[in-house]
Amino acid sequence: MARGGGARDTSKLLMERSVPGRVGAMLPESDVPPQPMPDDSLLRSDLQLPEVSEPEVVQYFTALSQLNFSIDTHFYPLGSCTMKYNPKINDEAAFLPGFAAIHPLQPGEQSQGALEMLYRLQGYLGEITGLPGVCLATLAGAHGELAGMLMMRAYHHARGDTARLKVAIPDSAHGTNPASAAMAGFEVVTVASDGQGNVDLEALHDLAGPDLAGIMITLPSTLGLFDTGILEVCRIVHEAGGLVYGDGANMNALLGRVKLGELGFDVIHLNLHKTFSTPHGGGGPGAGPVCVSEALSSYLPSPVVARNGGEAEYSLSTPENSIGKMSSFHGNFGVLVRAYTYIRTLGKEGIESISANAVLNANYLMESLRDKYFIPYDRTCMHEVVFSADRQRARGVSGLEIAKRLLDYGFHAPTMYFPLIVHEALMVEPTESETKETLDAFIQAMRDIDGEADEDPDLVRNAPHTTPVSRLDEARAARQPDLRWQRQ
Amino acid sequence: MTLQSHYIPNTPEEQAEMLAAVGADSIDDLFRDIPEAFRNPTLDLPAPMPELDVQRELAELASRNRPLGSGPSFLGAGAYNHFIPSIVKALMTRGEFLTAYTPYQAEASQGTLQVIYEFQTLISSLYGMEVANAGMYDGATSLAEAVLMACRVTRRSKVAVANTVSPAYLQVVRTYCQSQGIELNTVSPASPGIDDATSCLVVQYPNFYGYLEDLEGLTGQVHSNGALIVVSADPIAMGMFNPPGHYGADIVTGEGQPLGIPASFGGPYVGLFSTKQQYIRQMPSRLSGRTVDSQGRTGYVLTLQTREQHIRRERATSNICTNEALYALASTIYLAALGKQGLRQVAELCYQKAHYAAGEIAKLPGYQIPDLGAGPLDGTFFQEFVVRCPASPVDINRHLLERNILGGLDISENGDSGVGGIPNGMLLCVTEMNTRADIDALVTALGEYS
Repeated sequence: MARGGGARDTSKLLMERSVPGRVGAMLPESDVPPQPMPDDSLLRSDLQLPEVSEPEVVQYFTALSQLNFSIDTHFYPLGSCTMKYNPKINDEAAFLPGFAAIHPLQPGEQSQGALEMLYRLQGYLGEITGLPGVCLATLAGAHGELAGMLMMRAYHHARGDTARLKVAIPDSAHGTNPASAAMAGFEVVTVASDGQGNVDLEALHDLAGPDLAGIMITLPSTLGLFDTGILEVCRIVHEAGGLVYGDGANMNALLGRVKLGELGFDVIHLNLHKTFSTPHGGGGPGAGPVCVSEALSSYLPSPVVARNGGEAEYSLSTPENSIGKMSSFHGNFGVLVRAYTYIRTLGKEGIESISANAVLNANYLMESLRDKYFIPYDRTCMHEVVFSADRQRARGVSGLEIAKRLLDYGFHAPTMYFPLIVHEALMVEPTESETKETLDAFIQAMRDIDGEADEDPDLVRNAPHTTPVSRLDEARAARQPDLRWQRQ
Repeated sequence: MTLQSHYIPNTPEEQAEMLAAVGADSIDDLFRDIPEAFRNPTLDLPAPMPELDVQRELAELASRNRPLGSGPSFLGAGAYNHFIPSIVKALMTRGEFLTAYTPYQAEASQGTLQVIYEFQTLISSLYGMEVANAGMYDGATSLAEAVLMACRVTRRSKVAVANTVSPAYLQVVRTYCQSQGIELNTVSPASPGIDDATSCLVVQYPNFYGYLEDLEGLTGQVHSNGALIVVSADPIAMGMFNPPGHYGADIVTGEGQPLGIPASFGGPYVGLFSTKQQYIRQMPSRLSGRTVDSQGRTGYVLTLQTREQHIRRERATSNICTNEALYALASTIYLAALGKQGLRQVAELCYQKAHYAAGEIAKLPGYQIPDLGAGPLDGTFFQEFVVRCPASPVDINRHLLERNILGGLDISENGDSGVGGIPNGMLLCVTEMNTRADIDALVTALGEYS
């Protein structure tokens, strides 16, 4: 039985489709004189891989793709994920043979075009953030966080300041922040938010002492709000001798509006797969460049791209006090090519237009739904708006069920139950690349579902009804983990 | 503000309409929470560029790099030039895969989740292990996370890394361990010095120099001390050689790039990570599990998420969130297409051609394949091998490039590696992409320099 949009069946796995003797690729015969093979005891006889023909592979994976929601096929208002349009020229650029088929260790003279592109990208990101030291070698947001926190540690240690073991993290933070701080050897201390969704300055004051290494803060916060006390946050932390780390996950709101370096941030990471339009790929690849102040530049991971005189004008170099290598080579180059292409295409005016329209769209959604959905922090929002489904919950329908019901309307679900400090949170991020018509259709769907909560609550409670599968048994998946196909 | 970008639909009229609905006077009004002195800073970026001009600029930048396909290439050392069937790119760039998010909403992500389950099946099978995860960033970070996991599992903090492991990998392991109170030592695989304080021994298979380590002997020594053996293994070599799981390895990681992913100046790639069933709750990164829906139909979900950062926060097994799902997909398509026979053929072609090349180079006066009976380079090699050259590999590589041949990696000064530099050493790699004519051209060009 076919499931979902595709006509081809996806119920059989590759190994179940396997027919002995079928091949899916044709390779050349060896053209060298036969060489003696190694001892038999070293060779395997148990290689268990599928035997399927090429058309079967194409049909199977195409059918699988059709079971997904994606930006190209659906509105994807997933808060904090910035699911904006991914321009196709960016992919084309990354696949140019002069980019896709170059070896990371080939001599510098043979890769000057790639190095120059990286050097320019470092400059653009430094300009956008106001933090001139940039390393592109970190491979995802959390990877950038780890690098940033290791730099924070190295900075304090270099000054003989080894007692700074605590990192303050607001209660609204992404889970990666405390996880990254812990991986860098820090103890995490949670800071409460105040009634306005800002960092509670009094609580921060109490924490700020000689054992504070710094704070990790997301701006705008995961409540979609610009922390109006941010200058004070930076001042308190700096006066205590700590550093300010910025999680750049929500930079889409701030492009061209403010430079984090000018506000007092010392180190941040960017998510190129959010703000700079590189495709999320179903869970990566991303890229998480780190941008730092002059004072921290010498601690950046290795390598960075330097500009020299002479024939090989651009080269890879290791900063003087580098925390070391973070990855096998120089970063997720294919992602960096895409982000470079995006910045070149949009230019200064286009970059400023991103934040303008992303914030306008989010406020438009907030205003259009405020009569139906509770807004726990009712202020002008930035690029995303956090609703609470408390009113619907009181009528017997949860935020999760509303989110699942949206799938039936052809919209991806918002981020649910995050941030943790909001009850029944539904976090909606429309991005700048959606039309007003789409936003209006989404608003109508949210209003319709609110109506359904009264008229036909079971319709919402049992949603989704139109997806390839209905609600899945997650408890069973965790209790009896079935993580791979095995011959019965 | 006057620019109408082709990526941003709102027109000035629509903006005005929406601002009125919001009750704001202007766009700038929406940003009034930003302290005024810092609002709207000067932004020194170039002007917008039409697509045509962007294409021209990128083509120009790309033209100043030498692609692997432009001439014979013998550079490996962690990134490899292998055949990629056309269907890999055609399928992975479908918008439904490319522009989907991480599959947290299972009902809307069955395609991605089933692909991950297939990936876990094929990678665990390839390495002879019980379970594999949804992938890590790359080969080096995957190995580093395996070391951290071994320390958690054994509750020990001394780590022995074989001096035949890639110097770059060793550096990344060092970066990851620097703040964890872990003692990192490089050891010779001939006498690894494992004791009852050691959490794990780390080896590469084949090792950085291309040779197979004695996994059988090492695993015995490691296990008898209650430690784990962590192996970073080339997935293509698994097409012919016994996998680390065959010898009882505890954690097997690897670089997934050889499985259908272009070299792309070092990334994006995908890290492979597999282990024994008993350790699944200590694994980093996502897992897709098979289950049933409310109507009893088979479906897939992300599972055992209580290990992960979005649930467990500072007590998570790792901070990893976004990984390299798209390239796990590429590897899955590659392995499906190559299949049982194809992967073996690729591995044997690499082996045959590399041994032919080594044999021909050894006949050249002044060139030496170091004595196979001694030291770290003992045993059988797969597709990489070390050549001792009669002059500096830098000069030889320059000569090769004049003949449009990309030579091997200069390992005469091997930086961080425990083995140290091999005087005038060059690490060559030969794969199925090199024809006999390529190899003969290399041998001729090397001969010109002896």
